[in-house]
Amino acid sequence: MSVDDGAVFDSGGLDQLIGVLRSAGYRTIGPIVSDGAIVYGTVTGVNDLPVGWRDHQEPGRYRLEQVSDAHLFDWAVGPSTWKSEFFTAEETVWQASIADGQVTFSEPDDDTGPVAVIGARPCELSALAALDRVLQGGAHPDDRYAVRRSGTFVVAVECGAPAGTCFCSSMGTGPAARAGFDLALTELFDGGHRFQVQVGSAAGAGVLAQVPHRSAGDGDRVARQETLARAEARMGRRLDTDDLPDLLARNLDHPRWEEVAERCLSCGNCTLVCPTCFCSDVKDATDLAGTVERQRRWASCFDVEHSLLHGGPVRPTTASRYRQWLTHKLSTWWDQFGESGCVGCGRCITWCPVGIDLTEEAAAIRTSAGALGSVGSVGRRTS
Amino acid sequence: MTTTKRPTLAVWKFASCDGCQLSLLDCTDELLALAGAMRIAHFNELTRNKVDGPYDVSLVEGSISTPADAERIRDVRRSSHRLITIGACATAGGIQALRNFAGDGEYAGAVYAHPEFVSTLSTSTPVSAHVAVDQELQGCPIDRHQLLEVITAELAGRRPVLPTHTVCQQCKGRGTVCLPVAKGTPCLGPVTRAGCGALCPSIGRGCFGCFGPSEGSNTGALAGRLLDDGMAPVDASALFATFYAGDPVFGDRALALAKTGEPAPVDDQDRPA
Repeated sequence: MSVDDGAVFDSGGLDQLIGVLRSAGYRTIGPIVSDGAIVYGTVTGVNDLPVGWRDHQEPGRYRLEQVSDAHLFDWAVGPSTWKSEFFTAEETVWQASIADGQVTFSEPDDDTGPVAVIGARPCELSALAALDRVLQGGAHPDDRYAVRRSGTFVVAVECGAPAGTCFCSSMGTGPAARAGFDLALTELFDGGHRFQVQVGSAAGAGVLAQVPHRSAGDGDRVARQETLARAEARMGRRLDTDDLPDLLARNLDHPRWEEVAERCLSCGNCTLVCPTCFCSDVKDATDLAGTVERQRRWASCFDVEHSLLHGGPVRPTTASRYRQWLTHKLSTWWDQFGESGCVGCGRCITWCPVGIDLTEEAAAIRTSAGALGSVGSVGRRTS
Repeated sequence: MTTTKRPTLAVWKFASCDGCQLSLLDCTDELLALAGAMRIAHFNELTRNKVDGPYDVSLVEGSISTPADAERIRDVRRSSHRLITIGACATAGGIQALRNFAGDGEYAGAVYAHPEFVSTLSTSTPVSAHVAVDQELQGCPIDRHQLLEVITAELAGRRPVLPTHTVCQQCKGRGTVCLPVAKGTPCLGPVTRAGCGALCPSIGRGCFGCFGPSEGSNTGALAGRLLDDGMAPVDASALFATFYAGDPVFGDRALALAKTGEPAPVDDQDRPA
């Protein structure tokens, strides 16, 4: 189905859209304000959305303020990711119990019904596509992820207000939505508060048909382009991706890794707010009743225990762990999955308690790599 | 598990507040099952009945702070097949390890009218400084779910699953918004061991560090953030010294902040596992 940018509705139309999705049996999850941040939770209509809220983001700092207007999406992504909806922070893989000498296994029902994602940003569409590739694109798909992910309806909202830590334009993932949505909205303000709607799938067209709308005119299309151009211009950060995977692979012994390790807390926040980080840890638990349970939880490459093998951890220092994180996102992800593991959402910069900036670290290595000369081949695969 | 071959459990108290051993009684839903699985042979908070050792599993609460305790812990070790220390006192010296920073008798003179009647060691030290310990359970107090995990692991003959990563990861897992980043609230979560379920941050309070340092923590970098957010060095020092002053990762940072007023050189990161 070709992408069509032909429809316009106002916030009342968005409210009806959410209602249509709920009537169709979707769990509608979208942005809400909670505990001083815009996070994802259940939304039943536009009044649950962050009406009039603005965000201010910089490395290690996030603040919200509310102004007296009706803007719904005039902010950039917060700490929540769609990852946690489909690849949950903690889950039971299976349970077993023993009765009369028989061991019985059971698996929990992970099917909690289809989700309608309300307000996913273009960078997040890329992140979901990356997670899909990792968790269900290979020879051994993750069944629990696949069940939760199946039938997802995506209402994207293009980005008009990137934060100080955003760099999606450098990564080619935003601010415009290109793929991975059923409907994509652009919130327009000049000439009346309204949403221009693009249709990205047959399911999207079917839902849009149930919501009153009008055809978009040239004025709407121009307003959308101006919104995206403004977003591009106020992108808080840039990342030079030219030759970046190989540049990092050539600089595994760069002194910058030790320098950043002096500032890095090794707390793991960057990996847990990252919309593409997919590491997990599996443990078995027993209880006094004789039940055995296999549990999976998010893990982080910043945990010492994450690289624990016989004889000790493979990455015992913060420098080695930070290098693992950054080179996986920007370099070896290409080897594994043929694309970048970073979508430029900036969460790892904002939510690092000491404000370590991935774009700054990569730039520092680029700046002084030439002066040092190539550290030499590190045996990186050149697939 | 037959009742005739139940392994025996003993609970011992040293310098402590009893809060950790009460966590065992706090396992209300599991207590009867536990009593069915283990024979509780020595537990003063529960019963006056005492069964002579040796014991299969001993839970030891409290730090070693008197000459008599330094002797008694050897007896406990000799009579225990497995010795598990529970809580910040037993694993790191506890709040009373603040005395380790003071001169001989300085605190005793401030607290007791007749300190000459009190016989104490000049330091409060973890049990592991005196005898071999098979398993340590952190926290002030310990988390009862972790206590059950340790006991059920003992019964199943498996290793317990006890995280060494940070409280931040429990906040992120439960969806708690980061207090330092979103509100500027001082928080030790980025350097503190998980296990509490991120209890304090979930109700809007910064982490107090009551589970001690996480593995590979960088307290110097966090101290810098605390001072940048406007905390006085003396207050940051007190925060690091509250529960785990006896652990050098927190204790040395507290001392450095108190002495220099600076976050101090980062010298404790990259500690090997």
